[in-house]
Amino acid sequence: MSSTDTPIAEIPGDTLRERIVDDLRTKIGADLVDSLVKPGDDVWVRVSTDAWRRTGVALREMGFEYFCFLSAIDWMPSPFGKGEDDPTAPPTERDDTVKQGYAGGATRMQVLARLVHPALHVGINIKCDVSDSEPVVESWVSVFAGANWHEREAHEMFGIGFAGHPDLRNMYLPTEFEGHPLRKDFPLLARMVKPWPGIVDVEPMPGGSADEEGDAE
Amino acid sequence: MTSTESLIDRRQLAYIASQAADARLNVELETEGMTLNIGPQHPATHGTLRIIAHLDGEQVVWAEPSCGYMHRGYEKLTEVRTYPQVTSLVNRIDWLGSFANEVPFILAAEKLMGVEAPPRAQWIRTILFELSRIANVSLFLGDLGVQLGAITPVFMAFRDREHVLNLIEATTGGRFHPNFDRIGGLKDDLPAGFIDETRAVMKTMRNFCTEIEDLLFGNEIFQSRTRGIGVIPKDIAMQYGMSGANARASGIDWDLRRDQSLPMAWDKVEWKVWTHPDGDSFARCWIRLQEVREATLIVDQLLDNIPTGPIMAKVPRIIKVPEGEAWVSTENPLGEMGYYVVSKGDLGPFRTKIRSASFNNISIVPWILKGVYVPDIITILASLYFILGDIDR
Repeated sequence: MSSTDTPIAEIPGDTLRERIVDDLRTKIGADLVDSLVKPGDDVWVRVSTDAWRRTGVALREMGFEYFCFLSAIDWMPSPFGKGEDDPTAPPTERDDTVKQGYAGGATRMQVLARLVHPALHVGINIKCDVSDSEPVVESWVSVFAGANWHEREAHEMFGIGFAGHPDLRNMYLPTEFEGHPLRKDFPLLARMVKPWPGIVDVEPMPGGSADEEGDAE
Repeated sequence: MTSTESLIDRRQLAYIASQAADARLNVELETEGMTLNIGPQHPATHGTLRIIAHLDGEQVVWAEPSCGYMHRGYEKLTEVRTYPQVTSLVNRIDWLGSFANEVPFILAAEKLMGVEAPPRAQWIRTILFELSRIANVSLFLGDLGVQLGAITPVFMAFRDREHVLNLIEATTGGRFHPNFDRIGGLKDDLPAGFIDETRAVMKTMRNFCTEIEDLLFGNEIFQSRTRGIGVIPKDIAMQYGMSGANARASGIDWDLRRDQSLPMAWDKVEWKVWTHPDGDSFARCWIRLQEVREATLIVDQLLDNIPTGPIMAKVPRIIKVPEGEAWVSTENPLGEMGYYVVSKGDLGPFRTKIRSASFNNISIVPWILKGVYVPDIITILASLYFILGDIDR
């Protein structure tokens, strides 16, 4: 979904958030690849991979001083679905087209960060593409000291490198652990062994009718 | 007479000699330093956080927390569950204020679906949210004493917190893990007699706050152990993403209950955001004490005029959330807790990033422990206040 075909654009604009995108565009120029403003809700921007650190510096100068989080998204649909398959049956064919979310994208992996302007109380979600062949972006540690642990986590869970990070040790997993658990192609072993019985949760309650509305479960 | 004198002399000589030997030993050791493991099992770690501290004498040269003893992989697990099933997972992130963990996730899903809970559900959600805060932070206030060697406050905390847990149990059926929030509303309405009972409990909790204030915050030892210790300046707090009471103790006037519009009832009542300019351990503890008080006042006001009406909006029986991305964060007992939910129009989330407060709050530990004395490690950690499940997720 790119920013042009979303129905949100029909809602009257949000001058504050649009001004933030414009300010960022004057600072980093063509490195601001795509943006999406949801009026009264949130802002998404996508910057080019080379400008990742420069965007952090520019936004900090614009007053986005509060570092909220940094993580990544793997846009590839999971080849294992939701783990509802019978492990003894042959694997199901699944759609494996990579489809990015707000503000578009070109690669399977994307880095995602959020900064907040503490005076305006406005946040901004920043994304950048990470190439499959060389999954490395610049580190934000020298811009926001708090990015240190978040980058370690993203490195461990998604296998994304952060150039300039002082120490990309594992946070949670043993050092010798192989694989990156939050990548979609990393299987959740518990579900491989035994399919989750609760994924189809539509049996009627005892004594209730199946089509009743207003019951969330 | 002379024999006693000479005995004293000999003792003194022996003492001086032993001191000299110790001093020589210290000089030899000084170059090497010493690595001290605090935890994983330590009363100050609220779970299993291990801190590796490298000491030079009594001072910390560097300290590094070692996480992951309680990593449960909730971000991965949410990808294989349906939306209504996720609340039972996120319940267990900050296990002392469980209900508060469910709210931002449900709000994010509702935002994507374009559903809003009816007013009555919003009010009851806010009441339960604040009750979770009181249950969570009152335990902090009691625990604070234990870390400093005072045993009494923790018994008082457990005594009075029990009343709050009883209220949560009466409403939700679960003392610790309510799993009560639903997309579009709540599972059930309030039980009979809830309002009167809660009013009485709120009075008890205010008395508890006064007791703790007299007993602990006015105490000279407490003050000397916390004042001026572990100071976090405003800009450092911002950079590390410190939130909640830790940020407000550094003079950052920021509370997500006040500073963003959410379909909750905080903007319907009068209350105050407390800040403190000092940024030290004392300030962080003091802010939390004020917040428990403030929370009891919020609950009292909310009880006055709970709207009537349904507690559940019309939502389909099988919940499919439309494609999109949403970020919702709330001011949880530990700080900013948020969920970045990516939906592909499926039964469950495509990806959930759980931004928990303690993860950011604890990432400052290597910075803040540099150069402090060993006994202060414990008070600083206690005042930063973290829940292990909230760090590791």
